[in-house]
Amino acid sequence: MPQVMDKEVKQGVQQDEPIVKYENICKSFGDLEVLKGIDLDIMPGEKVALIGPSGSGKTTIIRMLMTLEEPTSGNIIVNGKNLWKMNKNDHLVRANDKHLRQIRGDIGMVFQHFNLFPHMTILENCTTALIHVKKMEKKEAEERSMKMLEKVGLGDKFDAYPSQLSGGQKQRVAMARALVMRPQVMLFDEVTSALDPELVGEVLEVIRDIAKDGEMAMILVTHEMDFAQEIADRVVFLDNGVIAEEGTPEEVLEKSNNERLQSFLHRFRNGNGV
Amino acid sequence: MIDISILDVFPVLLKGVSVTIQVLVLSAIFSYLIAFIAGFGRLSKNVLVRKFTGFYIEIFRGTSLIVQLFWFYYAIPMLFNVQVGSELMAGVLAISLNYGAYMSEIVRGSIIAVDKGQREAATALNMTRFQQMRLVILPQAVRMMLPEFGNYLIQILKATSLVSLIGMTDILYHGNMLRSTNIAMAPTIYLLILVFYFILALPLIFLTRKAEDISKKGVASS
Repeated sequence: MPQVMDKEVKQGVQQDEPIVKYENICKSFGDLEVLKGIDLDIMPGEKVALIGPSGSGKTTIIRMLMTLEEPTSGNIIVNGKNLWKMNKNDHLVRANDKHLRQIRGDIGMVFQHFNLFPHMTILENCTTALIHVKKMEKKEAEERSMKMLEKVGLGDKFDAYPSQLSGGQKQRVAMARALVMRPQVMLFDEVTSALDPELVGEVLEVIRDIAKDGEMAMILVTHEMDFAQEIADRVVFLDNGVIAEEGTPEEVLEKSNNERLQSFLHRFRNGNGV
Repeated sequence: MIDISILDVFPVLLKGVSVTIQVLVLSAIFSYLIAFIAGFGRLSKNVLVRKFTGFYIEIFRGTSLIVQLFWFYYAIPMLFNVQVGSELMAGVLAISLNYGAYMSEIVRGSIIAVDKGQREAATALNMTRFQQMRLVILPQAVRMMLPEFGNYLIQILKATSLVSLIGMTDILYHGNMLRSTNIAMAPTIYLLILVFYFILALPLIFLTRKAEDISKKGVASS
């Protein structure tokens, strides 16, 4: 008995406390209600795939966590702290920039259109935040960045500019740039959607590699169903601004009876998805 | 006959070159400075700052430079009993405020034109607003500003000739003085003045070209 207790306690620290918690999140853009009450917990190290039709609000969910979009109502809790609200004289008020910055340091993001800094070399793209945000010595930042660039297979391109790279290479740099910051949660926003088909593989390969390391939680907004099935611990299907289905990849992608999900997957597998 | 008059005119005009260059350099520096201040002012979160800058820009763009110059030199000192100072001060102030107003729109437009994904990426790397501006937005925006800044530099050079009207001894002033004593030489004088300004503009034209090259290289985004 004591042994079991012991194990439970350990797991409690490790797993029972979500690193990210969405509580009844709603989001409207003008009159358009994109999210209608989302509750979602992400555990440390968990890999979650968000799937769903265009306009279902998948991207908005992760953009709110990255502080690029503010929820209309509801709470997002990161490591036990309320992201968009802060305490001021015992009242919860809208978070200011300083508050957001304290919390979003644990979160990293890779974008659909890479968003590399075009005026910086590949290496500078990776080191600039380490030096200016994390206040790291330039030499140390360069060493860490070079290691990461080698890991994504672009060590030889360190002094090139983004405009000299292919789309797949740009996206791998974008991942290295996010990874050197060592976030606890990494967000992937349709990272292969803007790529030529033949370049998708190299990018997925890198994500697969990162996923294997395990410690980092990952939320992937993706249209790559096979890939989601392969690496995700959990698949979440969004439809019409709500979570319509959620579970293991098998449960959601193979065994679900949800009609909307069926028709979504059907459209997808016939190649007229996205 | 013509040869002799050119030789007569040349040294006279040369006396004005240093004043023209002095006004050009000071006006350029201050108008760029004002352009940035007003450009950021237009983008400020503070409504009051935004409105005030907008007001300044419209006033100075909507009225003529020469009238502004006379205001600074003649009217303001009398009205408010403040000394704007020398002719140089009045001239530089008028030109800088006028061109600063125009160029502030370039500053504002370039900053807005930087892809919004750049700011988002900087936010995702947890940069402060100031760091985002300094490290990511401005370096790209400045590259977009450069060609237009070059064009305006040439315009500022041409505008400096107005200071002759408040008695500054620039190229045009010396030319006018010479013509008033010898009207027959007017064609030669004004031809040579054109040549003088054109020669002064040459390095600026070259600089503008250079700026265009830099700006093409710098921001070929994704």
